[in-house]
Amino acid sequence: MKAGNLQIRPDGRLRHFLSTEGLTRELLTEILDSAESFAGVTEQSVKKVPLLRGKTIVNLFFEASTRTRTTFELAAKRLSADVLNINVNASATTKGETLLDTLRNLQAMHIDMFVVRHADSGTAHFIARHVQPHVSVINAGDGRHAHPTQAMLDMFTIRREKGADFGRLTVAIVGDMAHSRVARSQIHALNLLNTGDVRIVAPRTLIPAHVESLGVRVFHDLREGLRDADVVIMLRLQRERMLGALLPSEHEYYRLYGLTEEKLSIAKPDVTVMHPGPINRGVEMDSQVADGPQSVILQQVTYGIAVRMAVMSMAMQQNTTQEANAQT
Amino acid sequence: MPRPDITVRGGRLIDPCNHIDAVLDLHIADGRVLAVGDAPDGFQADIELDARGLNVIPGLIDMHARLREPGQEFKATIDSECRAAAAGGITTLCCTPDTNPVIDTPAVVELIHHRAQQTGAARVVVVGALTRGLQGEHLSEMAALQQAGCVGVSNGLQALVSTRIERRAFEYAATFDLTVFLHAADAALSANGCMHEGHLSTRLGLPGIPEAAETVAVARDLALIQQTGVRAHFCRLTTRRAVRMVARARFDDIPVSADVAIPNLYLSELDTIDFGADYHFIPPLRTQEDRDGLREGLSSGTLTALCSDHQPHEADAKLAPFPATEPGASGLDTLLSLTLKLAQENYLLLPDAIARVTCGPAQVLNVPYGELGIGRAADVCIFDPAATWQLDTASMHSMGKNTPFLGWEMPGRVRYTLRDGQIIFNRDDL
Amino acid sequence: MSQQHDINALIEQMAAKLQHKLDIDEHTAMVGIHTGGVWIAEALHRRLGIQAPLGTLDISFYRDDFTRIGLNPQVKPSQLPFTLDDRHIILVDDVLHTGRTIRAAMNELFDYGRPASIVLATLVERSGRELPIEAGVVGLTMELGPGEHVKLCGPDPLTLEINTAS
Repeated sequence: MKAGNLQIRPDGRLRHFLSTEGLTRELLTEILDSAESFAGVTEQSVKKVPLLRGKTIVNLFFEASTRTRTTFELAAKRLSADVLNINVNASATTKGETLLDTLRNLQAMHIDMFVVRHADSGTAHFIARHVQPHVSVINAGDGRHAHPTQAMLDMFTIRREKGADFGRLTVAIVGDMAHSRVARSQIHALNLLNTGDVRIVAPRTLIPAHVESLGVRVFHDLREGLRDADVVIMLRLQRERMLGALLPSEHEYYRLYGLTEEKLSIAKPDVTVMHPGPINRGVEMDSQVADGPQSVILQQVTYGIAVRMAVMSMAMQQNTTQEANAQT
Repeated sequence: MPRPDITVRGGRLIDPCNHIDAVLDLHIADGRVLAVGDAPDGFQADIELDARGLNVIPGLIDMHARLREPGQEFKATIDSECRAAAAGGITTLCCTPDTNPVIDTPAVVELIHHRAQQTGAARVVVVGALTRGLQGEHLSEMAALQQAGCVGVSNGLQALVSTRIERRAFEYAATFDLTVFLHAADAALSANGCMHEGHLSTRLGLPGIPEAAETVAVARDLALIQQTGVRAHFCRLTTRRAVRMVARARFDDIPVSADVAIPNLYLSELDTIDFGADYHFIPPLRTQEDRDGLREGLSSGTLTALCSDHQPHEADAKLAPFPATEPGASGLDTLLSLTLKLAQENYLLLPDAIARVTCGPAQVLNVPYGELGIGRAADVCIFDPAATWQLDTASMHSMGKNTPFLGWEMPGRVRYTLRDGQIIFNRDDL
Repeated sequence: MSQQHDINALIEQMAAKLQHKLDIDEHTAMVGIHTGGVWIAEALHRRLGIQAPLGTLDISFYRDDFTRIGLNPQVKPSQLPFTLDDRHIILVDDVLHTGRTIRAAMNELFDYGRPASIVLATLVERSGRELPIEAGVVGLTMELGPGEHVKLCGPDPLTLEINTAS
């Protein structure tokens, strides 16, 4: 079974959400449209709907992440699902109990959905291949491979800022593409939505082999990469990577690739600046930019909940075959 | 056990080493080849094997097989794998030193030889450790290992970090005319990698092993081979460029040879597309261009041997996210068929294909097998060239059922396997 | 097929019945259910001169057949621009059929507070109830078979359409 098919039910609906790669533009658009509805819910005084009442969702995190876990938890709770947070110390699973053991134990408790984060690429696919037929898997980040809900909240943010026609947009992704699962998922999503020009801007050490095959144009000069950009997505730089041989220093990185107001002026005047957070201020971007009028970084966080509600509710559709009568 | 006198009657005898390809009888006495063609006067066979319509070739030699014993008997044992080898037409298995304990003392060598003899199936020849514990720091007692019967020395998959140690190890091995078996992978460039570094590793976000990990190591090793004069063999090359480098070195009379693992001749990085753990190999599956380059190297004779790179695993070893799975595939069951398939698909002539798994490895290992000359050990594989079968786990003889070739249509089916004139496999007994 | 009913006359009658039945004061509020119910509610709200602004409900998130038919991706958010506690609520829908929509609407209302009472006003009351729900005020009663459907089209003009499933 190929990666794309695993995610989609025979009738074309979403079964798992593992990667933006292999999905259709129609499905991505449906996620964005649904998220628009849920955004309305999250802005109401009562932020909860009973769609997933009685369902049990497990946040299975093998990698520490408070932010992502919290937004998934909140999304699940606003859909009225019961949520179980399980943080597994990765080293504890290397001996004795296997990942599959952990999974089977949880399934025995009648779980309906796993939200999975793991440091190994391919983990969400692996789990999706081994869950019971009624269980859905949402990838909350696997290694450097994919982080599809983050990418979709970014698409949602872009659509809210720039409208639904991605064809006329130039999007520049700046930073450590080599280690970024977010960037990979963004690139697939942007291309599925027919984005006019997708650019990646970084030094060679932070760009993986044959990256053009993903459908991006590569720039090594930030100013060139920003020219006429409608959207700039800054990637987070893992500071520990500085210690390796990838970059000489934070200072030099900031000087060449850090986003300042002056460099931003090369982009379109109404450029939108995004960042998956948390920001290294003074490394990836200046505070003036991060907190400036072009920045939508906090909106991204807000939209993240609506997008995750949309994905969770879509994946849970048709998980029961019970006949219910049409309503009037 | 008294050895019966055997006549193999009416088969197509293909013995590449002796340039024989004809319908000829084969007569065996006292475990050795007595005559080819007419029986000597007065020879009376105890057993006559009807080989009409079958091919009769030297027993296969698998250059590179992990038997998992001692240390990982939950994956496989010497007994299970020697029997599986016999069922696959293989009469000689060459095992690598990366067992637990490592094969760096005569005691481990003797243990393995002893266990293999007990099975009464395929024989095992042993490659000892190049450095103590494969740690890359102290030289192993190579002379003692040689006396215990090791056919060569190797550091397994543990790349030597220090060129100084590598140089000394080569010099010491050369002192005793021991062949050094090399796995060409630069340690720093392959660190953490689990697949070929290319557009697919980028897409899947899996840590890649660049082509240069192999070519850098081959270049460095070749320089030290030239410097020290040691006889060396590159195991399981994966890239077209490395094959070219070895071809050039052989042209320059540097004493090197090289082999290739069967999976690299049929599969490529593209097979990893959906994180299939059965396609996790170290060294990795490379590009389709590399696969084609390896096939060319095989047909041109730069690569003189073909191995299964047999790595049997228990099921759990492959039931994890891709990077956490153990690399390698179980290969004894498919070595003969996938070799024949190369000829079937016209990458090699049939006698050349057979040479790569018989006299080719014999020459590298410097062992007197892989041919059916008069007086040689009667290691024989008799197979039905017209039979085809489909690979499924139930029919595999190896304890390891991990293979990327499940469901493949396989040409050629072993009917009998003889080692030292003993019938060690007979399909009718199954 | 369109049936010639004077919808405005029916709404007029409903308004009169509501006025007769209820003491409409500052504690009364009206809520229409998307989409047809909102059209009726807008007309009633105007005629009855209710002080509190009109509320709207989209019950998509409260449907009991969500897992079977999925979510309409363009759900309009519900808007209840008043507190529900101790209010007398007039809940307005276009067609009362199985009663499941009203069940979902009441669930949603109770998520927002505890109304003093709820009265259901519906333009069409047709056969086919599956829940013990009844309308307090009805514009038109219809006997329809299980394969027949009645639908309000609008907003301008409002017409009733009866379809027979083939």
